[in-house]
Amino acid sequence: MDFTLNEEQTMIVDMVRKFVQQEIIPVEKDLDPDADEVDHDTYAKLVEKTKAMGLYGLDTPPEYGGPDISMVTRTLIAIECSQHRAGLYVPCYNAFGGARQAQLFEATDAQKERYLYPMLKGEKKVFFGLSEPSGGSDPARAIQTKAVRDGNNHWVLNGTKLWISGADRADYGLVFARTGGEGRSGVTAFIVETDWPGFNVTRVVHTLRSAKYATEIHIENLRVPHENILGEEGGGFAIANDRLARQRVPYAAECLGVAIRAHEMAVEYSKIRETFGATLSSRQGIQWMLVENEIDLRSARLLVLDAAAKCDSGLPFRTESAIAKLVCAENGFRVVDRSMQIHGGLGVAKDLPLERWFREMRIRRIGEGPSEVQKHVIARDIIGASLR
Amino acid sequence: MSIRLDKPWIEFSKQRVSLLTGHLGVYQLGNPQQEIIYIGVADAQSRFGLRGELEKWLEFNDFTISFFRLEVTMAYKTRHAELIQIFLNDFKRMPLANKHLNVASWGRLSAD
Repeated sequence: MDFTLNEEQTMIVDMVRKFVQQEIIPVEKDLDPDADEVDHDTYAKLVEKTKAMGLYGLDTPPEYGGPDISMVTRTLIAIECSQHRAGLYVPCYNAFGGARQAQLFEATDAQKERYLYPMLKGEKKVFFGLSEPSGGSDPARAIQTKAVRDGNNHWVLNGTKLWISGADRADYGLVFARTGGEGRSGVTAFIVETDWPGFNVTRVVHTLRSAKYATEIHIENLRVPHENILGEEGGGFAIANDRLARQRVPYAAECLGVAIRAHEMAVEYSKIRETFGATLSSRQGIQWMLVENEIDLRSARLLVLDAAAKCDSGLPFRTESAIAKLVCAENGFRVVDRSMQIHGGLGVAKDLPLERWFREMRIRRIGEGPSEVQKHVIARDIIGASLR
Repeated sequence: MSIRLDKPWIEFSKQRVSLLTGHLGVYQLGNPQQEIIYIGVADAQSRFGLRGELEKWLEFNDFTISFFRLEVTMAYKTRHAELIQIFLNDFKRMPLANKHLNVASWGRLSAD
């Protein structure tokens, strides 16, 4: 497959690369190494610039005001956007519009008025409540949060959600609960407002990712109006799954972006750092590490663009997105690790972004489906449905 | 693990602060009644970590600080956010010396 960039893609990549180098990295110099946000005024200025570039609201469909770009272009942007210290989890400090709950585009007109449009305007914050203590990789089976119908107009929800980002600051969010029997068809998505009685964020979960945290939610006799079901009763799994497959592609591309920057830093450093009278770059041990980096990066780039192209073609791309996520996370982690090693003590210091990338890339091998789950998905598609 | 910083209060004095390490982490300042009046963080921009941050309070402040307690952690940002949220849950306001922080931007945690 030919992944030569067309004229428009070349222009966009160049524009985003300059934005990162000229607008983001200078701002980052004054922030804590683990910072995950910029102040309000700086954010407003950055957003002004992405809007002027015509790229604000990257994951918003064109009919709702987002840019009309293909998944390949979106992927190329993700590769560029992540090439700074906070770039893996907060690419460009969300100046391109941030992560959005794509499921809300499937809402009813009334739900869109109340929940979708305020989110798109940036007036309201939203969370995505899928994972539970019983698991997150296999939601169809793991979901134990129960929703029981109470009369014609309400449902009563009880359960616990874990690893939920942003629930403590959100105004509302999606909570997936079991309304039927076991399996996929028993799961329904509810839009839940966080100030309703029975909704409690009980704990911050501290992880390697020290800037952003996940939360634990306890849901106790939470009454949700029937009209707050998103999609159809029993259709929650399809809604969740669609999000996961699509988002895996830019998610994978971000891993690649960080790894590219780490590799560039390693190459530059190896040429100036001398040991025992010669530069690191003249040592075969270092050269081989750089070669392995290069191969890891090139293979990851081809596979993530292949997944994006398949998505754009309209054909099923679940296998390709799983391969992209698996390879970008695993290869990217190895590249950052080798680049750190080449930097020696400096590599583990907070003076450079490598130690943050190392911690965050480790999470990427688990987040949005661990590597082993991606292999399971790929194997299932290769061998057939018997593995379900 | 308690999510509150339930460590014994230490007398806030130059001598006690000088014994601290330069690690990163979070800390609380207390008034004579051992009520929390400030929740702070020694992040990676602190030149001397927790010791450096507490020394700043020795030099100048508008509050009567009698005690402090701290926790060394590399998850200093998320732990700081958590402690602020717990305080907001308990007292429905910011600590006295954190008043410059915007309550609305810190999120809600039901710690009980």
